[in-house]
Amino acid sequence: MNAGIQAELTQNVKEEKAKQTRAYWLRVGGAIALLVIIALLINVAAKGAFLEPANIIRVLRQITYGCILAVGETFVIITAGIDLSVGSLISLSGVVMAMFANSLHIGGFPLIAATLCVGLALGAAAGFVNAVPVVKLNLPPFITTLAMMLMAEGLSFKLSHGRPVPLESTDFQNTGIGFFLGPLFSSLHLPGLPIPVIWMLVIVVAASILLMRTRFGRYVFALGGNEEAARLAGVNVTRVKTLVYVISGMCAAVAGFLLMALFSSGSPQTGTGDEMLEAIAAVVVGGTSLMGGRGTIVGTFFGALLIGMLYNVMNLLGIESYTQKIVLGAVILLAVVVDELRKRYLRRA
Amino acid sequence: MRGIGKSFPGVRALNGVTFDLRAGEVHALVGENGAGKSTLMKILAGAQPADTGEILIDGQAAHIDSPRAAENLGVGMIYQEFNLVPALNAIDNIVLGSEPGRGPFIDESAARARAAAAFAELGITIPLNVETSRLSVAQQQTIEIAKVLSRRARIIVMDEPTAALTDREIDALFAIIQTLKSKGAGIIYISHRLEELPRIADRITVLRDGQAIETRAIAEFPPDEIVRAMVGRRLESHFPDLPPVPSGAPVMLSVRGLLNPPMVNGVSFEVRRGEIVGLAGLVGAGRTEIVRAIAGADIPKSGEISVDGKPLHARGPADGITAGIALITEDRKAQGLVLGLSIRENITLAHLSQFVNRDLLVNRAKEDREANRFIEELRIRTPGPEQLAQNLSGGNQQKVVLAKWLLGDARVFLFDEPTRGIDIGAKAEIYNLMVKLAENGAAIVMVSSELPEVLGMSHRILVIKDGTIAREFSREQASPDAVIAAATGAAA
Repeated sequence: MNAGIQAELTQNVKEEKAKQTRAYWLRVGGAIALLVIIALLINVAAKGAFLEPANIIRVLRQITYGCILAVGETFVIITAGIDLSVGSLISLSGVVMAMFANSLHIGGFPLIAATLCVGLALGAAAGFVNAVPVVKLNLPPFITTLAMMLMAEGLSFKLSHGRPVPLESTDFQNTGIGFFLGPLFSSLHLPGLPIPVIWMLVIVVAASILLMRTRFGRYVFALGGNEEAARLAGVNVTRVKTLVYVISGMCAAVAGFLLMALFSSGSPQTGTGDEMLEAIAAVVVGGTSLMGGRGTIVGTFFGALLIGMLYNVMNLLGIESYTQKIVLGAVILLAVVVDELRKRYLRRA
Repeated sequence: MRGIGKSFPGVRALNGVTFDLRAGEVHALVGENGAGKSTLMKILAGAQPADTGEILIDGQAAHIDSPRAAENLGVGMIYQEFNLVPALNAIDNIVLGSEPGRGPFIDESAARARAAAAFAELGITIPLNVETSRLSVAQQQTIEIAKVLSRRARIIVMDEPTAALTDREIDALFAIIQTLKSKGAGIIYISHRLEELPRIADRITVLRDGQAIETRAIAEFPPDEIVRAMVGRRLESHFPDLPPVPSGAPVMLSVRGLLNPPMVNGVSFEVRRGEIVGLAGLVGAGRTEIVRAIAGADIPKSGEISVDGKPLHARGPADGITAGIALITEDRKAQGLVLGLSIRENITLAHLSQFVNRDLLVNRAKEDREANRFIEELRIRTPGPEQLAQNLSGGNQQKVVLAKWLLGDARVFLFDEPTRGIDIGAKAEIYNLMVKLAENGAAIVMVSSELPEVLGMSHRILVIKDGTIAREFSREQASPDAVIAAATGAAA
């Protein structure tokens, strides 16, 4: 190889590296800057009410359940799948867990643990049922999870006769409405971090490690990026694909558990609103590609946070709920359009 | 077409090609894979712009900057992979994109008339109201021909039109081509099947390495001279010396009665340690399916496979990998790489369990070390291991695929078209690597459609035809003509 070509190659390598660094900072820096700017603007608009510690805690508490759903959904979407059943599974798991807890004659931690286990088992089983036709018959997950959505919703209404199932035990109250690290927050005149927020943060961190650092996580990306290449590399495609739906079902069950604890009852109506759609929106706004192969849990968290902030500030500004939906829809569209334009810019640069 | 030139990053695909087509003639375009045939035709069809040169149609300079422009100038392409919408019927496919209509409505009877007229012109009938997916390949092909005809095409390009047809269907196709000729259309006919050219072609142009080597009337161009023009003098060039297989080297891979219809119809052979066996044959002869069945990528219907004496009953690719088989697939983008993952992640994908710590997390530092080692050893041109596979050139992508399989302790390497679409320099590096693997005692099976490659890189050559071994050649016996004759079924 002559010196000229060698020099040219070195030059190319340098340019490529610079391009990547630029891409990275454009993304990370851009996202953080955007969030800070939005937060400051909102704060001004809300006359300082937004950045009050109590309000920040309120936002975190509000996004908790949707964020946990979205974490599970992220795994599914990275494999280029979709799970429409997560909202209904909140309802179903809540109703079933409440009925189960009422049937037990124990209390305290054993009661809480047993109830959660039943919920997780139910969520896992539902995810498994979602996955089987997808992996065995190659059916589109849109359809299988749509069917599960309807069945789970119907079943939760049938089991509860359409009424919330009140919890007889009060042992769940701390999980639902309790606080953590109270003394640390006393100087801010706050009761502490809400327990459900702790659950969310733990799940976000654990899921992020699972996705970014383990073999399973790597396979999720490989599968979403190129299923055939993954299969030929010896990846057990069936198992990985099944597991992502199981994880999604289990996340829905955790959200169902926390909501049941919050309301002291399992209601068939908890998850039949926009919960599933907002979870998918959080995932997409967080930069995960619906085409699969790309995405992060941290992105999903920020996606959920952005949506939560929007709702919060619109409430602070006294915007009524119909307008809120219009704004939310427009913001989601804007977020994905900006992301696509950013990618195109980088491809050209 | 005059002086057409086209370069892709790292490859000069066409270098000043001049090609002419007369009205009412069939002009065959032949050449090995990568010689530039499809690039030249894509330029004519407006699918890619030329870097240099000009195109004249009826003596007028033609500006073909889009498929639509080509179509308006009377250029019709019939690709090997048809461009039909499977769920639509023949009529809908023929009028697709130029539907006759009244306002927003399609004029069904005009559409039907147009389709019927095209078929009448060809002198054939096929069911017009049936979904095209339910028609035979030959019938689908006639729809494609009718489609270009209904758009007044006077220059018709056919890419390997007989590849998937039976003998009777080929006869019918040739009759159609005669009809088209008699109506004054010019036909560019691309084919690997040299034996059929005297039946159909008027003139032949041979392309090699992006250059038009020779154009002659068919009567003055005997098959052996065509082959010589196609292969050129590259045979004795850039291939490394193959070390001889040590006498008494044990059998590493044994395949007995491998059966997986319709593409694999009873294949038995052995490969010894240090031996490279080339599988030659036409596209669609079943070579890819044979290596896929050996590796467990497809599950064969029956047959016995053993690696180093141990029988293997693979129920999936994972079993093949465990047994020490590495399948380097033909299409690296579709099967070899996850394009959205980094070099590092692609290299470790098949052996990720070797990188898992006791805490179940993937050891990034170890991954980086291995990835960097391969980048250096295989000279992968990249800023670093975090570069996404999709940003690499073909040759570098192929090296990443190789690194993925070198990482494990595979002892049987199945290479399917290992150098397709990559430049000469990278090719030589891959050949050297294969020799090194063989020297270290691996058994290698190489599927290749490039004749010089098969001849230059194999200790033994198995010619595959219709899913079975048609002939076996030792390195000394093999000649281009003999291998082509065995592959095409022409009398040798």
